[in-house]
Amino acid sequence: MATKAFQKIYTKITQITKATCTLKATNVGYDELATVDGKLAQVVKIMGEDITLQVFGGTEGLRTNAEVVFLGKAPTLRVGDQLSGRFFNAFGDPIDGGPVPEGREVEIGGPSVNPVRRKQPSELIATGIAGIDLNNTLVSGQKIPFFADPDQPYNQVMANVALRAQTDKIILGGMGLTNDDYLYFKNVFSNAGVLDHIVSFVNTTENPPVERLLIPDMALTAAEYFAVEKHEKVLVLLTDMTLYADALSIVSNRMDQIPSKDSMPGSLYSDLAKIYEKAVQFPDGGSITIIAVTTLSGGDITHAIPDNTGYITEGQLYLRRDSDVGKVIVDPFRSLSRLKQLVAGKKTREDHPQVMNAAVRLYSDAANAKTKLENGFDLSDYDERALAFAKEYSKEILAVDVNLDTTEMLDMTWRIMARNFRVEELNIKQQLVDKYFPKN
Amino acid sequence: MSTKGTVKGIISNLVIVTVDGPVSQNEICYIKTGQTRLMAEVIKVIGADAYVQVFESTRGLKVGSEAEFSGHMLEVALGPGLLSRNLDGLENDLDKMQGVFLRRGEYTSPLDEDKLWQFKALAKVGDTVAAADWLGEVDENFQPHKIMVPFVFEGSYTVKSIVPDGEYRINDTIAVLTDASGKEVGVTMVQHWPVKRAITAYREKPRPFRLLETGVRIIDIANPIVEGGTGFIPGPFGTGKTVLQHAISKQAEADIVIMAACGERANEVVEIFTEFPELVDPHTGRKLMERTIIVANTSNMPVAAREASVYTAMTIAEYYRSMGLKVLLMADSTSRWAQALREMSNRLEELPGQDAFPMDLSAIISAFYGRAGYVFLNNGHTGSITFIGTVSPAGGNLKEPVTEGTKKAARCFYALEQARADRKRYPAVNPIDSYSKYIEYPEFEEYISKLISPDWIPMVNEMKTLMQRGKEVQEQINILGDDGVPLDYHLTFWKSEVVDFVILQQDAFDKVDSVCPIERQQYMLQLVIGITRTQFKFDSFTEVMDYFKRMINILRQMNYSEFQSDDFKRFEQELEQIISERAIR
Repeated sequence: MATKAFQKIYTKITQITKATCTLKATNVGYDELATVDGKLAQVVKIMGEDITLQVFGGTEGLRTNAEVVFLGKAPTLRVGDQLSGRFFNAFGDPIDGGPVPEGREVEIGGPSVNPVRRKQPSELIATGIAGIDLNNTLVSGQKIPFFADPDQPYNQVMANVALRAQTDKIILGGMGLTNDDYLYFKNVFSNAGVLDHIVSFVNTTENPPVERLLIPDMALTAAEYFAVEKHEKVLVLLTDMTLYADALSIVSNRMDQIPSKDSMPGSLYSDLAKIYEKAVQFPDGGSITIIAVTTLSGGDITHAIPDNTGYITEGQLYLRRDSDVGKVIVDPFRSLSRLKQLVAGKKTREDHPQVMNAAVRLYSDAANAKTKLENGFDLSDYDERALAFAKEYSKEILAVDVNLDTTEMLDMTWRIMARNFRVEELNIKQQLVDKYFPKN
Repeated sequence: MSTKGTVKGIISNLVIVTVDGPVSQNEICYIKTGQTRLMAEVIKVIGADAYVQVFESTRGLKVGSEAEFSGHMLEVALGPGLLSRNLDGLENDLDKMQGVFLRRGEYTSPLDEDKLWQFKALAKVGDTVAAADWLGEVDENFQPHKIMVPFVFEGSYTVKSIVPDGEYRINDTIAVLTDASGKEVGVTMVQHWPVKRAITAYREKPRPFRLLETGVRIIDIANPIVEGGTGFIPGPFGTGKTVLQHAISKQAEADIVIMAACGERANEVVEIFTEFPELVDPHTGRKLMERTIIVANTSNMPVAAREASVYTAMTIAEYYRSMGLKVLLMADSTSRWAQALREMSNRLEELPGQDAFPMDLSAIISAFYGRAGYVFLNNGHTGSITFIGTVSPAGGNLKEPVTEGTKKAARCFYALEQARADRKRYPAVNPIDSYSKYIEYPEFEEYISKLISPDWIPMVNEMKTLMQRGKEVQEQINILGDDGVPLDYHLTFWKSEVVDFVILQQDAFDKVDSVCPIERQQYMLQLVIGITRTQFKFDSFTEVMDYFKRMINILRQMNYSEFQSDDFKRFEQELEQIISERAIR
């Protein structure tokens, strides 16, 4: 960031905290960017001539006579087709050694879509993962997180979803990614030969945490460019939103704000909603779908971060290791896609809703049988069959390494049900049974 | 001469303005930034500094920007043409806004100034009138929309002249009134009212007692809401708050339905936009959208306007109530409104109460619920606002300030329960913890005895006792084991399951079952209570379960069939067959 000749340079900082500094200046706009000895900062409070700046890189080593220059604009991103295939940091600067892309400069964190200009989402996003497509179908324009413990392979599953989903662009927003995970995403995308469909904004654990706050807005500004101006179907991956929220709490703490539940800022709901609500289906075909990761601490979903997220997003996906089959599965009980009824049985085969419900119900019978077994009770013949069903269902359908199209998933589920149950035990409409129940 | 000011400080959407004249608390001002004017509301004054909350993003705003004070509080325009509109929290018409994105500083009126309305006079020259009295009416979406003496008029007036019946625009003077001192004032079809002040131009607010039919059995039978009543629906995410709220708004027997989408998902509002113009009001046969007003301030729209949105919706409700209409107001979710209060209280550096909410939260909630109610208008007609709010308790814990504050104010409590939702028992309203205080009102008892039957309330109470008993024996069975309890316990438990599956659970996505009219509710309740009073003969507990499962299946088939259709009757015969197998007559 070179300073231009006409810009005024301030050199007297009056106050420094861990994340902010204060100085006297005039004619400064709220949210405006500044550089403090070359480090980027943003105006977070103006009180007369006292301007408080949030320094993204942290204030370690900051001098009271540091050179402060105001840039006269809020954080921006240059949007254009040249974004494709590139990797950027939280400020939108390339980190892949390539040239600075050309394009129109737009402010990030722009206004919301007028709700009456939205269209009701109705397009299926197929991922091949049956635990998602069959039981928790995703729809374009939806926003949904994985609720996962840190040891679960959510980034791998998300990368798979991204590669298989039939979208025009994938935008990765990485917050506090380990360097290994960053390289994993990079390799997966380049090995799959889809790099030119992908734009990445990455903040790794090696970068200062406060920088993360810019990542979702950067990613979504790029997404809006492709969805609004190019009418493309855009999939945005945000990982990990828990680390984003942690950064929010660091800043609000430095700003002396009174924390609410779990030391999170009182505005957490609005802050998260501003990001997730960027998911949208436009009438002209463009859409933004957000798949995020919210890591949990010991599976606790009553913590403020997953709790507020659950109220904002349209469902959530849980991963779980099923020790009976030794695979990671998409948990059919706790996972939910609130928009699935917009496509299930409408964009997929007619038997989808009934087959999905029947299979999950039988799977829950198996869970009851398992409890009985663990408590030392005798199992009935039905219980035994339910357990056998659960093993096959878990392995062939729920496991995250499954890759089938939705019709194959339905046929497969019918076959597994038929192997273990009688028709009258399925509770499925007769008309569908006649049509789809395997004959032999 | 209006007061002016200059911006002195900015912290997010809290702006400090130094003023050159008098300002009042809650006064509206406009702050200029570039070419746009940002609307803001005064929320605190210290000396010459007015602290204002801006209803928009303050990005780029600078110290020294000019502010102009309007001299009035946040107001809404009230007049014919509000029905079917999609408004934001400040009463801007979302459909009239330009472009895909909401632009800062764009304000659009929901009322059409050029539209001609067929006016019919109701008052005569020489009549003595007061605020809210009806001067005439126009037809709005096939409902009579009264043109009233503006609510701000104090004292009594005489009608000096009134225009002949014919077509007029909203800003045309339709009557001239003279006050006690002989001063003349013109009245148009539009009036303004500050949203945070209740409209109290009615004679009396008695205790409400008339059932507001919702077609949802667990509400109408077990926890009835009344015209002018208040209720709230707390529940963790994923327990079906929105589905239940939409069901009530689609089916309730109200003249006007106002949906305040307060800080919730935009796609849920889109669902209303998309479906309501197609769906038919079960009571009038007209399109649902014709009686609906949507006030949408979704979670990504400015936070300060979120607080305003519930007041805007309530004021519009009070306007229609003054016309003698039955208004249903739904707010989803009042927790988001409370959070907006919390964010601002936090920026004002007020001492926080529990969970950092403002100390007066409970009082604010009570005052708001208090604006609902059943009223006698000055002309003897009645009108009502029934208010149902949802609450999104943090972590699903009902011991949090918003839920507790609301519990003190609302008279019906529909507790959505995670465990019930997990077992797919929808609506997931807990049958034991939920309540309606109205069922204890003698006025209600008298009314319902005439409307349905005198044995209605005893039956409902019998049903509730059975549910309680069912829960108790279930716990016993879980502890002592199936064969560790007397056979009777199983019988009691399964009878309570019949009530649960047939009366309390309802399929909101089934065409027939989703709406259950009151006569059908009566029929089914009598049938089910009949079963629970019957004595059955069994030899072992395993027989009990199989038998009642069969019975429940048939009863549910009845719920899925058109009332008194051939299918319905066939299932009923089958049911009688099953009952006679085991009943001791």
